Amino acid sequence: MEAHATLTSPGTIENRSLRGQVLGFNLIWGVVGGIVGYIVGHWIGTKIGNNIAAQSGSDQDDVAIFLGMLVGTFGFLGGLGFFAYPLQRMRGLPATLREREEIGRWRYFRLCTDHKVVGIQYLVAVLFFFFVAGFNAMMIRGELTSDNATVINSGNYLTLVGLHGTMMLMMMSAGVLGPLGNYLVPLMIGARRMAFPRIEALTLWLTVLAGVVLLSAIALGGFPTGWTGYAPLSDQARGGIDAYLFSFALIGISLALVGINVMTTVVTMRAPGMTWNRIPIFVWGLTTTSILAVLAAPVLAAAIIMAALDRTADTSFFLSSQGGSPFLWNNLFWFFGHPEVYILALPGFGIVLEILPVFARKPLWGYRLAVAGMFGVALLSFMVWQHHLFVSGINANLRPFYMFTTELISVPTGLIFLNAMGTLWKARIRFTVPMLFSLAFFFNFLIGGISGVFLSDVPSDVTTHGSYFVMAHFHYTIMGGLVFALMAGLYYWLPKITGLKMSERLGKLHFWTMFVFFNTTFFPLFAAGLLGMPRRVSSYNPSLHTLNVFVSVSAFCLGASMLILLVNMVWSLILKREKEVANPWEALSLEWQLPSPVPVYNFEEIPVINSGPYDYGVPDRVPIADLEPTVTGTEVGT
Amino acid sequence: MKVLEVHPEMRVPGRRIFGVGLVSVVAVALAAAYVFGFLFGGTPAAVSAVHQNGGAHLTLQTVPSYGHAPDPDWVSYLAQDSSGHWQHTTVYRVPAHTLVTVTLYQYDSATGLRNDFLGQVRGTQGGTATLNGKTYSSINPDDASHTFTVPDLGISVPLPGVADDAKNPCATAPCSLAETHNTITFSFMSPGKGTYRWQCFVPCAFASYFGNGGPMQTIGWMSGEIEVV
Amino acid sequence: MSAAAAPGGTGAGFGEPRHGARIAVAWAILTVIAVPLVIWVAGPHIPPYSGHSTQSSDQHTVNVVLLTAAVPVIALIWVYFGYAISVFRQRGPEIVDGPPLTADPRIQITWLVVTSVMVLALAVYGTIGLYNDSHGAGGGQGPNPLSTPPAGSTPLQVQVIGQQWLWTFRYPGYGGVETATLEIPANRWVAFHVTSLDVDHSFWAYELGVKADAIPGSDNVAYVKATNTGQFQVRCAELCGLWHGHMNSYGRVVNAGAFSSWIAARQQQYSAITKTLPPYSKVYYPDPIRRAG
Repeated sequence: MEAHATLTSPGTIENRSLRGQVLGFNLIWGVVGGIVGYIVGHWIGTKIGNNIAAQSGSDQDDVAIFLGMLVGTFGFLGGLGFFAYPLQRMRGLPATLREREEIGRWRYFRLCTDHKVVGIQYLVAVLFFFFVAGFNAMMIRGELTSDNATVINSGNYLTLVGLHGTMMLMMMSAGVLGPLGNYLVPLMIGARRMAFPRIEALTLWLTVLAGVVLLSAIALGGFPTGWTGYAPLSDQARGGIDAYLFSFALIGISLALVGINVMTTVVTMRAPGMTWNRIPIFVWGLTTTSILAVLAAPVLAAAIIMAALDRTADTSFFLSSQGGSPFLWNNLFWFFGHPEVYILALPGFGIVLEILPVFARKPLWGYRLAVAGMFGVALLSFMVWQHHLFVSGINANLRPFYMFTTELISVPTGLIFLNAMGTLWKARIRFTVPMLFSLAFFFNFLIGGISGVFLSDVPSDVTTHGSYFVMAHFHYTIMGGLVFALMAGLYYWLPKITGLKMSERLGKLHFWTMFVFFNTTFFPLFAAGLLGMPRRVSSYNPSLHTLNVFVSVSAFCLGASMLILLVNMVWSLILKREKEVANPWEALSLEWQLPSPVPVYNFEEIPVINSGPYDYGVPDRVPIADLEPTVTGTEVGT
Repeated sequence: MKVLEVHPEMRVPGRRIFGVGLVSVVAVALAAAYVFGFLFGGTPAAVSAVHQNGGAHLTLQTVPSYGHAPDPDWVSYLAQDSSGHWQHTTVYRVPAHTLVTVTLYQYDSATGLRNDFLGQVRGTQGGTATLNGKTYSSINPDDASHTFTVPDLGISVPLPGVADDAKNPCATAPCSLAETHNTITFSFMSPGKGTYRWQCFVPCAFASYFGNGGPMQTIGWMSGEIEVV
Repeated sequence: MSAAAAPGGTGAGFGEPRHGARIAVAWAILTVIAVPLVIWVAGPHIPPYSGHSTQSSDQHTVNVVLLTAAVPVIALIWVYFGYAISVFRQRGPEIVDGPPLTADPRIQITWLVVTSVMVLALAVYGTIGLYNDSHGAGGGQGPNPLSTPPAGSTPLQVQVIGQQWLWTFRYPGYGGVETATLEIPANRWVAFHVTSLDVDHSFWAYELGVKADAIPGSDNVAYVKATNTGQFQVRCAELCGLWHGHMNSYGRVVNAGAFSSWIAARQQQYSAITKTLPPYSKVYYPDPIRRAG
C-alpha cells in the first residue's frame, strides 16, 4: 500500500508553514467575514428598514436582521475561500476539481473538498449540534418536573422547545447524509470523490452556519413557534424567528444540494461492474433520501421566503383578513415536513440493513424488495402531508384519502422488517455493538409504526392529535429509529474512518443504558398524550405530575447515557488510540477492503467490481472487487 | 503511508489529556452559563404586595412607552415596591386567601379590545372597579387601553385609556402623578397557594401582528405571574 | 401470517429443529393469550374513557380495536426476533457464514398481500368510523361538514373563539351572548363552531373527545353529543405563543334544565357588554391587524 503515498494530484498535497496556514483562507477568516458581513448588512438594513411602515416603532428591525444574516453568510463563505476558485477561473486560471486537499489537521478547519475530510467535519458538526439540542431537551424535561412553568418561565421554555426541535430536525436530516453519506458513498461504489466536491464542502459549511444562526435566536429574543414555525404566529414573533427562518432556509438549500450531489455521484460515478443490483443497500437508502431532499427542500425554502416577506415587506401570504391564509403555510410546510420525516427515516433503514448481513453472516434477504420498499416510502411520503391537518378543517372530506395513503406507507415499511427477518433466519448472529443498535432499531421502530396507525386513523387521531402521543410517536421513529441507526453506523464505521478501535465495553454500556432509558422515557409519554397532555406546554394538569417526574428522571438518565458515547469517543479516539485492523468485522463490502484510514485518493486504480456486497456463505465466493485491475481506462487523479 | 499519516504517534499523551481536560472544563462552564441564562434570564424579580389594614395592596402603573434600552418603544406595566420605588416587573407576590386591593395608574391612551367581551369587569369584589372614584362594571370596548386579567381566577378588569390629546402625556417610565393618568382601583380575594399567569388582553403591542407580539409575549412587560404564597 | 413467519423455511436442514413451526406455535399461543387480555383487561383502561360523549366512546372503541389488531403483528415481530437472537446466534469467537439465502418469492408475495389487506381493512374501518358511527368523530370538519348529526336533531350552536390566550364562547341562539366559561346540555347534539381572532389555536375538549383547530378566518365545525353530566377540560392543542400551556379552562355538561337557567343568568349578567359585541358571525376579522398607534 506504500504506492498510495505517491498518488498525488499536482500541487495539492503539501505541508505549508503555520504562518501560511493562518494567513490563508480558513475558519478564523470565515468567522471574521461572517461577523463583519452581519454588521454591514445590518447597517444597510436599518437604513432601508426605517422607510418601511411595518418596522417603525416596534424596536425590531427584521429587514436589518435578514440583511445582516444574508451578507454575513457571504462573508463567512468568502472568509472560508469559496469565492477564490470562481475568481481564479475568471482570471483564466485552469480548472481543478479539488481544493485544499492536503495533510495535517489544519485541513479540518477550512474549505477542503476531500469527501473524507468533509465527512469528518460533518460528523463533528452534527454531533456538536446534536448534543446542544439534546441539552435543550434536558432543560425541557427539567421544566416539566413542575406542572406550572415555575422552573423556567413560559417564554424561555418555548424558545427551548423551538431550539430543540429545529436543531434536531436540521442536524438529523443531515445527520447521515452529511457525515456517513459523504464519507462512504464514494468508497462503497468505487469512486475517488463525490460528483461535486465544492458543493459537498459548501453544504457542510452551510449546515454549520445554520446551526450557529439558529442559536443566535436566543440573543434575538427567542422564538415561540416550535420547529413547525406556524404562521401567523411567526409573522407576529420577535426577531428570534428571523434566525429560525434564515437557518432553516440555509438547511433547505444545503439539503437540496446534498441530495443532488449524492444522486449524481451514485448515478454517474460507480466503478465498472458496480451494477444497480450490486449497490450496497445503505447507498440505496441515501439515494432515495436524496430524491426526497431534492424534491421537498425547495418547497421549504419557498415557504420561508414567503414568511420572511410577510415579516419584512408587509406582504400577507398567511394573513386571512388580508387575503392570505394560515393554511398556506400549513400545507407548504407539511408538504416539505412529511418527506422530511422520511429524509430522517430512510438513511436509518439503509444503515440497519447494511449492518444486519455483516453480523448475521448471511446475504441481505430480499435485496430488491428492500430497494422497492425504500422507493415506495419515498413516493408515498409526498401523498400524506395533510394527515398533520386532520382536525384543522382544511379539505375535511379528503381525510379518508390521507388516512389510506398514510396507512399504505406501512406496506413498504413492513418490507424492511421482512428483509431483516429473512436475513436473521438461520443466521450466525454476533452481538457486536453495531448489531445491538441495529436490532434495537427494529424494536423501537415497531412501536413507532404501530402508534402511527393510531394517529393515521382519524377518529383515534381526534384525541391523540397535537398531544404527547404524537410526540412519543415521532421520538420512537426518529430517535428510536434514526438515532439508534446512526449510533449503529458510528460504531460500525468509525474504526474505518479513524483506523482506531472503539471501546466495546463502553459501547455496550452505552447501548444498554440508551435502550432502557429511551423506552422508559418515551413509552410513558404515549399515556400522557392519551390522558390529555398537549404538546409543547409548560404547564399541565396536576394529575399528570408523577408521570412527568418519572419521565424527566428517565430523560436525565438517557442524557447521561449519551455522554457515554462522548466519553467513548474521547477515550478511544483521542486518548487511547489503539490501532484497528483494516477489516475488523470481516465485512465483504467494498469500503472494508481499503486500508484504515482510507488514503487520500481512496483507490489507487478505479476498481472493477466482481460481485455484490453481501455474498456471505456463498460457495466459491470471489472477492468483491479487483482493486488493482490491469486494464484501466479511467483517468487517474480526478 | 508516511505522507498520508493522519494520526502521528509522536504526541505526548500528557498534552492530550490536558487538552481534553481543558475542553471539558470550557464545555461544562458554557453549559452551566446556558442553563443559568434560561433559568433566570427574562424573569424579573417579584414585587410583594404591601400589607395594610389586614389586606394586601398592589400599586401598578401602565406606561405607553418604556423609554429605556433595550426596548424603549414597548408598552409596559410597572409595579411599586414596599419602599415606594417603581420596579420594571410583572411578577407580583401576594398572600393566600387575602383581600388584595390594586391601585393602578393608567397613563396610556386607548387602543380598543380585540375581543369586546373583555370590556366586562369580572371576578373582582362586587364585580366592579372604580375609575377616578366612579364605579364601573363594563366599559365601551373602544375605550380600553389595557386589561388586567387573570384567566385562571376568572378576574378581568378593563382599563380605560387617557384621552389621545392629553395635555401632559407620560413619555418615559416611571411616570409621575403629575402627568395625565386615570386612577383605577379594584380588589379581589386571592386564592390558595400557587402561581397564576396574568396578562393584558388589549392588542397594545405597537406594530406587531394582532397587536400581540413584543411586549405582549414577554414577561415583565404586558404579561406576568401572580405568586400566591 | 404463519407462512410469513418463516422466510426461507424451506431450507431446513437434516436434524435441525423446525424453526418455522416453533415460531408459529409461540406466536399463536402469545396471540391467543394477549388478545383477550388487551380487550378485557387493558381495554377498559385505554383513554379516552367512554361514557362522557358518543364521540369519546367511539374513539375509545377504535383505540381498543386498533390495539387488538396490533397484537398479532407485535407478537409476530417480537417472537420472531426473540427466537432469532436466542437460537440463531454464533457461539464462540470464530466467524462462520450462514446459509446464503437471498429471497423467496412466495414469502415476499404472501407478506405483501397480508400487509396490504390489513391496511385496506384499517382504512375502510377508519372511514366508516369517521362518517357513520360518530358523525365526524368529534374532529373539526371545516365550514361544510359532510358527516352531520342524524336528521331531526337540532344541534345547539356554540361558537368557540380562540385568542391569545383565552377561550370564550358565544351562543347565537341566546342573543349572541359571549361567556368566559363553557356549559353544554347533556344528551343533545352540540355544534361547535371554532374560530380564532389572531393566530392558530386548537380547541380540545378532552373528555368529550372533541378537537378542532381554531384558524383565523375559518369556521371549523365539530359535533358532539355529551352523554353524562360533569366537568371536562378545555385545552389548547396548537402552539400559539407565550401562554399556550396555560390556555386551559374547564367546561361543564349539565342537564337541560340547568343549562337553561345558566344561560339565562349569563344573558342577564352580560347584558351590557353583549350590546357592544360585533354581530354574531362565522368568522371575525377584528381591526387593526397591526396596532396603528
